[in-house]
Amino acid sequence: MPETPRRPAGNLPPLSLHIPEPCYRPGDTPDFSDVPVPAVDATPRPGEATKPDAMRDLCYGLVRVLDFDGQAKGPWDPKLAPERLRTMLRYMMTVRAFDDRMFRAQRQGKTSFYMKSTGEEATSVASTMAIDRADMVFPSYRQQGILIARDYPLVQMMNQIYSNRGDHLLGRQLPIMYSAPDYGFFSVSGNLATQYPQAVGWAMASASKGDSRIATTWCGEGSSAEGDFHSALTFATVYNAPVIFNVVNNQWAISSFSGFAGGERTTFAARAVGYGIAGLRVDGNDPLAVYAATQWAADRARTNNGPTLIEHFTYRAEGHSTSDDPNAYRAAQEASAWPFGDPIMRLRQHLETLGEWDGERHEALKQELDDLIKTSQKQSEKLGILGHGMHQPFETMFEDVFEHMPWHLQEQCEQMLAEQRAKFGPDWKPE
Amino acid sequence: MSAPVKTMNMIEAINSAMDIMLERDPATVVMGEDVGYFGGVFRATAGLQKKHGRTRVFDTPINECGIIGVAVGMGAYGLRPVPEIQFADYIYPGLDQLVSEAARLRYRSANDYICPMTVRTPFGGGIFGGQTHSQSPESIMTHICGVKTVIPSNPYDAKGLLIAAIEDNDPVVFLEPKRIYNGPFSGYYDRPVEPWSKHAASAVPEDYYRIELGKAATVREGEAVTVLVYGAMVHVAKTIIEEIGVDAEIIDLRTLLPLDIEAVEASVKKTGRCLIIHEATRTSGFGAELAALVQERCFYHLEAPVERVTGFDTPYPHSLEWAYFPGPVRIATALDKLMKD
Repeated sequence: MPETPRRPAGNLPPLSLHIPEPCYRPGDTPDFSDVPVPAVDATPRPGEATKPDAMRDLCYGLVRVLDFDGQAKGPWDPKLAPERLRTMLRYMMTVRAFDDRMFRAQRQGKTSFYMKSTGEEATSVASTMAIDRADMVFPSYRQQGILIARDYPLVQMMNQIYSNRGDHLLGRQLPIMYSAPDYGFFSVSGNLATQYPQAVGWAMASASKGDSRIATTWCGEGSSAEGDFHSALTFATVYNAPVIFNVVNNQWAISSFSGFAGGERTTFAARAVGYGIAGLRVDGNDPLAVYAATQWAADRARTNNGPTLIEHFTYRAEGHSTSDDPNAYRAAQEASAWPFGDPIMRLRQHLETLGEWDGERHEALKQELDDLIKTSQKQSEKLGILGHGMHQPFETMFEDVFEHMPWHLQEQCEQMLAEQRAKFGPDWKPE
Repeated sequence: MSAPVKTMNMIEAINSAMDIMLERDPATVVMGEDVGYFGGVFRATAGLQKKHGRTRVFDTPINECGIIGVAVGMGAYGLRPVPEIQFADYIYPGLDQLVSEAARLRYRSANDYICPMTVRTPFGGGIFGGQTHSQSPESIMTHICGVKTVIPSNPYDAKGLLIAAIEDNDPVVFLEPKRIYNGPFSGYYDRPVEPWSKHAASAVPEDYYRIELGKAATVREGEAVTVLVYGAMVHVAKTIIEEIGVDAEIIDLRTLLPLDIEAVEASVKKTGRCLIIHEATRTSGFGAELAALVQERCFYHLEAPVERVTGFDTPYPHSLEWAYFPGPVRIATALDKLMKD
């Protein structure tokens, strides 16, 4: 191979390769005092039809409503009735109780995998409450709050997690990869950001049919590095698709901090600038800010003013999933040092400040939800848990590859059944 | 009164299939790079935007991941998208959306969602397209569980198969052999191109009709050897076989997945010999799958080992295209060997 010409060294400095490195590793004491916390009313609220180039500052600011004393302030205050705030709190607390219970179930060997959304409950719950029940959601894997905020039966979620007899996905999918068309919830893939262009396609279809429904989609800041993210934003801007892109910037993608998706250089909301779409950067631990930003984006999309990218600035308070130990790669106190606190505590404080909630009611609700989750779990476990008995007929493995089963799959199905007879004896019959 | 029949080339037949489906089913949409106003680089969508409107037939960004990804979302909404990938060589950036999303959606959601999409894409060489406009990636498609792979070899089949593909409720990859868009190819690149009008299969009904997916066609009946072939190579095989004068049975597979195994099996059991021809690279090509199936099902009927005639395991060369192409000499040599054994 011929050699590429080499430049004479001269007195130029040697080039150096930058490998991003997070500020804090295990053993370090995190200090987030350099994370900018703009004043609660510092970020203006433009009209929903504002041209993207006239609102670029919002990609670098932070939409906030709740101050740290529990007061709702500023132009983004959605002014929700106390009853609605209590519903929001209830959904968020349900998500947390559900997560705790299912995490424990995985540790008890009842299923293979689980993912909590601790600290991020506001992003999915408040966002869902701000869109229409008929709007279509293309979620990533940490949006259990969407199903809960749409009152999807908890037992059905658990059935999926246990891959049991009640799992309508027939035990085919990894736990938490739900699918719920009746609840406007697309099938969760597990491949990162693939849902982004799909949401745009759905939104384009809705627009082309003169429908009034919009689509929303979700990914993490780490997945924004995927090509699909950029494909989606390109299509969305080209066709002015009625879609809301949510990027949950929870700082960590398993063990890779946001710097590996470009977070050292700019905000994730600022990705919108290059595509000429509206971008909002929101305090993701402030449920009212999430609600207000989503409502703004939904109104914008529904009035043919185009897509919005919302960065939810938050913190993943626990591991990525049951399969990793965050103590191996980040400082233990990061979550407690996070300057934006805990979303559930912030909403509780707000309701208490309004005189619409108190410690006693809070504890009672917590107890009620714990009991509800426990009862649901018992009900679900009656239908089986993963790895203990067969919950799906063997033939279901070959069904739904195609609408009608072709000959080669029929043959392979027969072979599989013969294998089971060889294993369990000639009298064995499929369930 | 019988339905009017028109002489069409492959492009006109494919255009007619989309035209009819756009007319019949308001859910059908056609999209892709340059397919709208311009009508496609091969003219397959010419006139469709003008007739059916810009929300039914439209241009897309140059972004195959996006094209297939939005088609999945459109399918989830209830549309029936027919995306075009301008050349099969460009399908790779969209492969994750095809493999992990389109092909698995029905299975992973247990029928909650389906993906009734037909990806049309021109493939194959013989047009001096070089390595990025000549590839035959059909075995990559057949290896994905959950997509159907269809390859027509003439205008009549192209229209009927494309209509069936669009109406199918599962994702279909519809590979169009671009070497024969304008006329069947003899395999002799130095001979004048024969137009489709001289071929019986250019008589195409103007109205709606379907050719069921998964059914092969017998192009020529014979007793001496079975030739399994598809796409442009059907015509190349036919030319050589007629020149040599061997009594071959030529089976045009038309759909690679699901494969018409009954037709393959019946023919090989009758003739006792089997030649497989494809233009794609040899290793792990669809010929390997066919050879394995024939061996499994027809071993005791075989008089000779199954032979494969394929492209070489190199990128498709530009200037040496005709040395690469599995043309008359390679086919004749293989037939000679197969008939001697």
